[in-house]
Amino acid sequence: MLQDKDRIFTNLYGIHDPLLKGARARGDWDNTKSILERGRDAIIQEMKDSGLRGRGGAGFPTGLKWSFMPKQSDRPCYLVVNADESEPGTCKDRDILRHDPHKLVEGCLIAGFAMGACAAYIYVRGEFFNEGRMLQAAVDEAYAAGLIGKNACGSGYDFNVFVHRGAGAYICGEETALIESLEGKKGMPRMKPPFPAGVGLYGCPSTVNNVESIAVAPTILRRGAAWFTSIGRPNNAGPKLFCISGHVNKPCNVEEELGIPMRELIEKHAGGVRGGWDNLLAVIPGGASVPMIPKSICDDIPMDFDSLRGVRSGLGTAAVIVMDKSTDLIKAIARLSKFYMHESCGQCTPCREGTGWMWRTMTRMVEGRAEAAEIDTLEQVTKQIEGHTICALGDAAAWPIQGLIRHFRPMMEERIAAYKSRNVPRMAAE
Amino acid sequence: MANAHTGAFEQPSSFAFDSESEAEIAMLIARYPAGKQASAVIPLLYVVQRQMKRQTDSAWVPVKGMDAIAERLGMAPIRVYEVATFYFMFNMKPIGKYHLQLCTTTPCWLRGSDDVVAACRKETGIQGWGETSADGMFTMTEVECVGACVNAPILQVDDDFYEDMDAEKVAQLLGALRRGERPPKGSMSGRQNSAAEGGPTTLTTLQFAPEA
Ligand SMILES: Cc1cc2nc3c(=O)[nH]c(=O)nc-3n(C[C@H](O)[C@H](O)[C@H](O)COP(=O)(O)O)c2cc1C
Ligand code: SF4
Ligand code: FES
Repeated sequence: MLQDKDRIFTNLYGIHDPLLKGARARGDWDNTKSILERGRDAIIQEMKDSGLRGRGGAGFPTGLKWSFMPKQSDRPCYLVVNADESEPGTCKDRDILRHDPHKLVEGCLIAGFAMGACAAYIYVRGEFFNEGRMLQAAVDEAYAAGLIGKNACGSGYDFNVFVHRGAGAYICGEETALIESLEGKKGMPRMKPPFPAGVGLYGCPSTVNNVESIAVAPTILRRGAAWFTSIGRPNNAGPKLFCISGHVNKPCNVEEELGIPMRELIEKHAGGVRGGWDNLLAVIPGGASVPMIPKSICDDIPMDFDSLRGVRSGLGTAAVIVMDKSTDLIKAIARLSKFYMHESCGQCTPCREGTGWMWRTMTRMVEGRAEAAEIDTLEQVTKQIEGHTICALGDAAAWPIQGLIRHFRPMMEERIAAYKSRNVPRMAAE
Repeated sequence: MANAHTGAFEQPSSFAFDSESEAEIAMLIARYPAGKQASAVIPLLYVVQRQMKRQTDSAWVPVKGMDAIAERLGMAPIRVYEVATFYFMFNMKPIGKYHLQLCTTTPCWLRGSDDVVAACRKETGIQGWGETSADGMFTMTEVECVGACVNAPILQVDDDFYEDMDAEKVAQLLGALRRGERPPKGSMSGRQNSAAEGGPTTLTTLQFAPEA
């Protein structure tokens, strides 16, 4: 179990002062200038050595991403921070914004400096009005204290940080949709390539990172890559924020070591599964988009990128949604299908039409008003959507259904059989 | 105010930013590079929605407000309409005094959002989504995950999250709102934000330098 001394987010629960005085007492902004003095290349190298993988869902190595930014550029470069946090189950960035905002602001300066950016735009989901206000207060304080702005921290580097409020659209969490939205347009994903590092915000080189990825950077640079890799497992380094929701006795957010067994995570921090571990049915381990896994896999699965990929699921955003034996799993997934239908931006036909079709079919599956053969059709449709769209929302809509069919097909078949036996055609019954 | 029964409403014939809005606009536009002021379209839509709330006690965005934004940002009006309707947080018609936004996505559903919805219906008399109560006090909107799932179920009132809700707490909260009170936002069970009920399982051994 991770020890308190190795926790990065020491004000996760907002027990202490989130603003500058409290943040300084917790070690933020401590000689940031000396970190910048190491130079861009050294900072990026240390981040690469730490093995930090992006905390926004895809797990892409953060240091490597920063290194894609041009060394020289005649156009301005931007850091764009993704605080859209909309993946169902996920509520970790919220705690950073409202309780530890200076970790993010300091991270913006360091990351922005390392990639040669002139400014950071932090895109905060519209619903996080209060969280955005706290972040803005932290930004204002940082300007007033000379930590950002002209000659940030006395480094000679000029760097601005702007908070931008979104307006409620899951798709704006996708990095290119986020950029479109920030430019004042509808949040519709762009085709890639070109990637944002070449053509991003305002057509300029840009890097999009998740809040948590940026907020952990200052601590990594203070304590060193070796410290970070000493926590977690190979290729899955570091502490990580987990969100534990659903049928547990005490839902909570917690910072733990990557690779912690799921059972330990749930029992130590969330008071265990409601009714005991044996009452567990299934878990969605990484936010709504990743396939669920049944209890038999949950029994001994470590919570990290590679282990969860190994069981055909994923760590995603590390949002653990727990479902006990009272759950109608088909209904739980049908509700997610409705979510993806609602949130599809409508640009690609497979996603626009497919998410609606899947939701309608799932709604019938909840009742059992279907033919058993339609389960195969449903699975085939998910495969036709997956990988055939501009952005990964199409995949995200397909995977939860695939997970359900993979592990709980008999439950779906039973539901169909039960419906049939309740609705025997009149003639046959007489 | 929209007629609660027919849904018919009137668009105001004009809209002008008031001085409070003007001060906000100056600050907002300054965040974006010269020539990129279109970036401020979402922030300005909020400015309009807030001004309508101040002036009419209903937070919504009239067509004339969008036209004023288009003019200010040098955009075609259609671009502003397009943005206003693409996103979910702008009300294109008048709403009640309090905007009840109920999250029903799976993590909230697993923890009883159905009960919260039923309780809101019972307390307000509202039947369908998007409707306003006969007394004009409440509008009920179904929303997708608002990003607070470990405190599910969530009832968002205007900009504030009320967390760890159940039917009884809905009755208390709406009763208080009717009386013109505004109970503190956050967990209605009184726990420490996203920490486990009964107290955090971590961060109990740390000493920080004095904050004073
Ligand atoms: C539909 C969709 C929604 C997404 N939502 C978010 C989000 O809310 N927050 C986030 O950080 N990343 C989100 N992402 C991932 C981003 O596109 C991007 O990969 C991420 O912000 C990169 O940050 P990282 O490298 O630090 O992980 C989403 C992706 C997709 C396809
Ligand atoms: S996959 Fe869906 S959400 Fe993504 S661009 Fe296509 S239609 Fe839009
Ligand atoms: S599902 Fe309701 S807040 Fe996330």
